[in-house]
Amino acid sequence: MSLAEAAPMSPKIVVPSGARPLLTVEHLTMRFGGLVAVNDVSFAAGDAEITAIIGPNGAGKTTLFNCLTGFYKPTVGRLSLDHGERQFLLERMDDFRIAQKAHVARTFQNIRLFPAMSVLENLIVAQHNALMRASGYSVFGLLGIGGYRQAESDAVDWARYWLEQVNLVDRADDNAGDLPYGAQRRLEIARAMCSRPVLLCLDEPAAGLNPRESAELNALLTYIKEKHQIGLLLIEHDMSVVMEISDHIVVLDYGSKISDGTPEFVRGDPAVIRAYLGEEEEDEIPPEVAADLAGEAPPGGEGEGR
Amino acid sequence: MAVEAGKRAGSIDGVDLQALFKEAGLAAFVAFGLAISVVGVRTVTIPGGLGLEYRWEWVVIAVAAVFIGRFVLAFRRETRSPARRAEREATMDRIGAGVQKVARIAGPLLFIFAVALPWMPFSNRYIVDIATLVLTYIMLGWGLNIVVGLAGLLDLGYVAFYAVGAYSYALIAIHFDLSFWICLPLAGLFAALFGVLLGFPVLRLRGDYLAIVTLGFGEIIRVVLLNWYELTRGPDGLSGIPRPSFFGLPFSRRVQEGSDTFHTFFGIDYTSMQRIVFLYYLILALALITNFFTMRIRRLPVGRAWEALREDEIACRSLGINPTNTKLTAFAIGAMFGGFAGSFFATRQGFISPESFTFVESAVILAIVVLGGMGSQIGVVIASVLLIGGTELFRELEQFRMLAFGGAMVAIMVWRPRGLLAHRDPTLRLGAAAKGGGP
Ligand SMILES: Nc1ncnc2c1ncn2[C@@H]1O[C@H](COP(=O)(O)OP(=O)(O)OP(=O)(O)O)[C@@H](O)[C@H]1O
Ligand SMILES: [Mg+2]
Repeated sequence: MSLAEAAPMSPKIVVPSGARPLLTVEHLTMRFGGLVAVNDVSFAAGDAEITAIIGPNGAGKTTLFNCLTGFYKPTVGRLSLDHGERQFLLERMDDFRIAQKAHVARTFQNIRLFPAMSVLENLIVAQHNALMRASGYSVFGLLGIGGYRQAESDAVDWARYWLEQVNLVDRADDNAGDLPYGAQRRLEIARAMCSRPVLLCLDEPAAGLNPRESAELNALLTYIKEKHQIGLLLIEHDMSVVMEISDHIVVLDYGSKISDGTPEFVRGDPAVIRAYLGEEEEDEIPPEVAADLAGEAPPGGEGEGR
Repeated sequence: MAVEAGKRAGSIDGVDLQALFKEAGLAAFVAFGLAISVVGVRTVTIPGGLGLEYRWEWVVIAVAAVFIGRFVLAFRRETRSPARRAEREATMDRIGAGVQKVARIAGPLLFIFAVALPWMPFSNRYIVDIATLVLTYIMLGWGLNIVVGLAGLLDLGYVAFYAVGAYSYALIAIHFDLSFWICLPLAGLFAALFGVLLGFPVLRLRGDYLAIVTLGFGEIIRVVLLNWYELTRGPDGLSGIPRPSFFGLPFSRRVQEGSDTFHTFFGIDYTSMQRIVFLYYLILALALITNFFTMRIRRLPVGRAWEALREDEIACRSLGINPTNTKLTAFAIGAMFGGFAGSFFATRQGFISPESFTFVESAVILAIVVLGGMGSQIGVVIASVLLIGGTELFRELEQFRMLAFGGAMVAIMVWRPRGLLAHRDPTLRLGAAAKGGGP
């Protein structure tokens, strides 16, 4: 069945906008015993674009992220990340090497901060590898020679920059675990950005945020894309967010890709409408989502984010 | 739960007494089972062999104590509101922070006191000896604190590194006739190497599994020391370990032809106190080095990575931190300080045998770290003074030592699982200047 679906697909995987592909996922399959969580998914995510991954609960979105970031080894498939100067085959790398060498950063669906460490320390830990080198792998740092002091103060400046972006400068010296929920979500994004990624993967960053926080998040993600010119991969359930800020949407359902294209295309795709408005699930769709999918403009959104 | 129970019969203040009685009764039953064999029967030597003495009154006392204790605990648990609990947590936290702050001022005073101790009017050989012992445990506690407190790796076999340090010091010193100052770093390096060798296979495990495996390794080392007779002389132990010298000047009464001893070199009379005081200063210096090192490395990336690993390993991986290497460094550095302490132990005793490196030692060191507050340097000092100094002073109450020890541990686990003085100050601050820059 998967072969039949794969056959008609064009051999070259392209980004709908024609942008340079930063990440190319080819025939990714992840099985857990008998369960196929991700089934032969292929797509490309463009550089300096926001690519949204959407789909109902259990569609395999988080599993896809876990394969990308090395937490799971895919059963089948190829994940290539193209920096321009270097290429990485992510499926062959350990999780921490993906972050360290290929510069893929991520956040987690259930926030994972270092709760007993201060906000600033969270951001400094994210710059671990650069600081390790600067401290001569601790040898020079212990002896107090070399350029470690300078490197640390640069790291603090970089952390302060991101704290300003996420509005957390005031709480820099508080424990991360003491922050309110929304602030923790923002801190996790700031921490990921502190590691200077080329691809940032965000797993439901807007979950649990109030409308104002959600709007701020949209602005932040757009800012990251435009100012820092990195690729963003975004898992999101809130359609208004997705439609407003993403350049490209990939829709998963039961582990398979059912649609892939620009927001306009996906919004009108019958396969997506069927998946979301499927016979027995009809009453589970919130009215505003149904409205979005039916083609109405999202509230207050310009569609292109520009 | 308490609200629901309040509707039932036999309740005061919304507390279900029946349930409490049941709970206390169950605890008392378990205590009874244990007490029969542990305190109820005692072996005594009678003419012609070994006889049994029955002490049923002790069983009754133990069971009654457990019943009442459990009941009171459970009653308080039911009547205390979570808000009060949180309040107490906050109070303890403030105390922890306060002690930390006081420690910054008291630290130097404590240091001056420690330096001056042997010259105090009240000090004598006994006090200096106890202080040396306490400092040994402080050093071990600080070493283990790197592993348990900072990196969050529960190591129940820390004594293995203490043993490796002691035996490698003894063997190198005996067979190669090298001076203390060469043997000490070698023994530390050897213990660190052992830390890496042990750590490599086991550090993939998490939490409880790691604890069990390290416990096993601690025992394996002891059993090897016990059975490798050709090298370690097994249960007979190694004796004749060279005593430390003061930069080549030995502390001995008899002067060998053509060489100086400590007292002849400085032109003073020989007393046995000289060596004891020297050993005291030696361990003081070693402990201070351990402390200085820990304080410093906490502020380096690797130290922050240890703490981050303790907090969330998966997040660390997602940030590009190599967890295995990072844990290995913690393990190796902790082992190295254990090894230094072991060398000191060997040179101080002049004799070592596997008996000195039993699991109880690991437990005591771990208790010091946990009791003091994981990651708290001053906590380790206070806990060592209480646990080691305290038990040394009350040696007559020998049989109640372990009981008090166990009681203290249980109390800490119930009331303050992170340790008495578990308060953590950030290793760097953005500073007040930056606050103006915010929106
Ligand atoms: N480690 C695992 N072992 C076994 N099954 C798993 C594992 N991880 C995920 N799954 C299964 O894979 C399927 C996809 O899960 P996944 O978490 O990727 O969904 P999701 O799209 O992120 O859903 P949600 O929107 O609820 O976060 C689910 O059926 C889940 O139970
Ligand atoms: Mg998910």
